[in-house]
Amino acid sequence: MKEMSRIVKTVTNFVYGFIIIFGFYIIAHGHLTPGGGFQGGAVVGSAFALLLVSYGSLNSREFLKKDILSLFEGFGLILFIVLGFSGLGITFFYNFLANSGSWFGDTAIIGVNPGNMNTGGVIPLMNIAVGLEVLSAFGVIVLTMASGAEFTKKKENS
Amino acid sequence: MIGNLPYVAVVIFIGLGIYTLMFKKNLIKIAIGIVLIENGVNLFLITLGYRKGAIAPIYTQAPSGQVMVLPTPQALTLTSIVIGIATTALILSVAMMIYKHYGTLDTDQVRRLRG
Amino acid sequence: MKKIIFGIAFIIFFSFLIVSAINMRTFGEPTISQMDDYFIENAQSETGANNVVTSIVFDYRGFDTLGEATVLFTAVMGVVALFRGVKK
Repeated sequence: MKEMSRIVKTVTNFVYGFIIIFGFYIIAHGHLTPGGGFQGGAVVGSAFALLLVSYGSLNSREFLKKDILSLFEGFGLILFIVLGFSGLGITFFYNFLANSGSWFGDTAIIGVNPGNMNTGGVIPLMNIAVGLEVLSAFGVIVLTMASGAEFTKKKENS
Repeated sequence: MIGNLPYVAVVIFIGLGIYTLMFKKNLIKIAIGIVLIENGVNLFLITLGYRKGAIAPIYTQAPSGQVMVLPTPQALTLTSIVIGIATTALILSVAMMIYKHYGTLDTDQVRRLRG
Repeated sequence: MKKIIFGIAFIIFFSFLIVSAINMRTFGEPTISQMDDYFIENAQSETGANNVVTSIVFDYRGFDTLGEATVLFTAVMGVVALFRGVKK
């Protein structure tokens, strides 16, 4: 993929950080507002795609490292599995932190309420794990397919 | 008939997808057909869980005393969308590798060139 | 010839789909909803989260989500392995 014009690059510089912060906001508030790990990860992945399209796949290799992204992907999946296994004293995927008073353990007000960040038990941690996995998975997919497209085009021209 | 218009939209989605799978020979168009069928199934799940005049099943600053939409089909759709994205990426990668090896995306020619 | 047979089969299939769509139950009035009513009533007290959909995805149906995350991981691994021989 070639890099695009200066207008696109300037707009990308301006918008890129805001998209990533919005994605992490959706991930972190997954148990209170619409959203969650999958949706926020998809938003951050679209920011990666925007960077790749506007800067070209050769230049964006400095910002996005494929090895680090795949490391984060494995880390997210392992964190999710560990969180699932840690409730094994009662059942698999038991919510052992909910209503316990410790991390994310406040009891929620039943019915309509303005929302408390410190509730939800194991759900916010699982949101973070799945969000990490989904965003790095999208980044790896986009980067790999871009480098593959580069090679295909080169063979076509020669 | 008018009341069941969302189901008819689902049927049109799935019908267009199956038409594309049956009659088109280009691999990219086949991928588009599979994505159309996926979207039809997602719309069908969401349609099954809808209640008339209800709100989204989220308690944060919701208007009080109203009925809520069924939440389980939405959770299933959430799972289905991510799996759809993953399989679409795999399909397109395989199409790219086929183009690299054979120089074409036509399924007939791919069959004819090498056994 | 092949296209004519395919066309007839497609028309029959599509008309069956249309008929079954018109004969579905009315839109917006689900008939069986005991499980979802239980989730809506008890999700807040059992999991503490305000968002019922998230509490279903990560708590009641956590095993489903585990399989889904594994499918995503496997697809990424497949894409990377497919492009492995490609030199830059």
